[in-house]
Amino acid sequence: MIEIKKLTKQADNKLILRGVDLSIKKGETVAILGPNGAGKSTLLKVLATLIKPSSGLIKINGLDLKKNHLEIKKLLGYLPHSSLLYDHYSPLENLVFFGNIYGVDDVEQRAIKLVKEVGLSFFLNEPVKNFSRGMIQRIAIARAIIHDPEILLLDEPHTGLDQGAISILNNVILSMKEKGATTLMVTHDFKQAAEICDRIIIVKNGKIVDDFKIENRNLGFVSEKYELQVEGVS
Amino acid sequence: MNLFRTALILAKKDLYSELKTKQILTTQIIFAGLVIVVFSFAFDPANNTTKAVIPGVIWVIIVFAGILGLNRSFISEQRNETMQGLLVAPMEAASIYLGKFLANFAMMLVVELVSIPFLFLLFDFKFLGSVPYFILVVFLGSFGFIAIGTFLAALAANSKSSEMLLPLLLFPITTPILIGVVQATKIILTNVEKLSSAIAWIQLVTAYDVIFFVVCFLLIDYVLEV
Repeated sequence: MIEIKKLTKQADNKLILRGVDLSIKKGETVAILGPNGAGKSTLLKVLATLIKPSSGLIKINGLDLKKNHLEIKKLLGYLPHSSLLYDHYSPLENLVFFGNIYGVDDVEQRAIKLVKEVGLSFFLNEPVKNFSRGMIQRIAIARAIIHDPEILLLDEPHTGLDQGAISILNNVILSMKEKGATTLMVTHDFKQAAEICDRIIIVKNGKIVDDFKIENRNLGFVSEKYELQVEGVS
Repeated sequence: MNLFRTALILAKKDLYSELKTKQILTTQIIFAGLVIVVFSFAFDPANNTTKAVIPGVIWVIIVFAGILGLNRSFISEQRNETMQGLLVAPMEAASIYLGKFLANFAMMLVVELVSIPFLFLLFDFKFLGSVPYFILVVFLGSFGFIAIGTFLAALAANSKSSEMLLPLLLFPITTPILIGVVQATKIILTNVEKLSSAIAWIQLVTAYDVIFFVVCFLLIDYVLEV
């Protein structure tokens, strides 16, 4: 599904990604862990086509990212730190706008269904600016999946969420997984990573230093591996 | 086709946002009204020489009210980083430029539609020139100014002092357009016998518009990169 070969990204003489090689199969849920400044979010931004790589090859669904970026963008659902929502628009207006850009059929019904799924149907027509952080994040999740993407790219999606919102987000990820979607999640929350992911990648200094599968939601195993690799980095 | 479809969706979004917030258009119209009122007090409408001021006042309104709108055009996409939402969507950077251009141009036309008749009214100006040519000049001048301005607004939006940077970049590049349209407007409004001279200015402005619109369209990809 995702093939990355010798990916590098340089910005202002600083090498952020130093030859990343990664292969992710369809349907996998992968957590990317690592200390601050390791290059996790940059890797996600490169995959989301927000940043152009300095060198290397990225293929998604067999398509070259450089040549087929429009086709690839249709497959991606991106959820960064920010909500990417228009404050003065209601959830419905936001979702309809993004749905229209993605060419979603029957977009209004799809938007209403998603707002209901994230538990905010009472606030369908309220401006987003009046929402709490958790509520905004729920709508942001709905925005990221409005076009039913095959690949979900999530950048620290659990940060600042209450338990309700965390469980909604996890349910969304798991239901997308059931549909065969691939998920890449940058996170510092080991508990959530162990709970919903089946593979962990540890990034340090722009390189992948560990790549392993986890079973039975073994949080201790993840923490142990992480400490082993990242020890000494603050 | 996708390019125009997504550009229209984006322009519609911007215009609908404006309808909800009334931030840009209200500021532009208030500014235009103030300029007209101040100039109408400064120059006696009964005096024949006042006519000579009108072409200049029209373009002062368009240029400065235009900048008020252009400044907000891309800065509004920085809140919640909505620009990233547009960049990850399956649309070309040129489509974002086109959408923003259409929204800015539509708002500029509304300002002109309100302010120019108000200007003629306050200056007691009897229109003896060619109306179609006058509309053509205003349209072409606004088109070029907004086309270049939208591109430079995208460029300046990444700067911390974008509101200062935009006029600094915009005025030197749009000077040929402004000279052309002010000259053409002056001839059309006050000395319609020299229409051929006005047409020459219109041709110059048209060529400049086409060249810069195409250049902006092609280069916007590099400007919008995160």
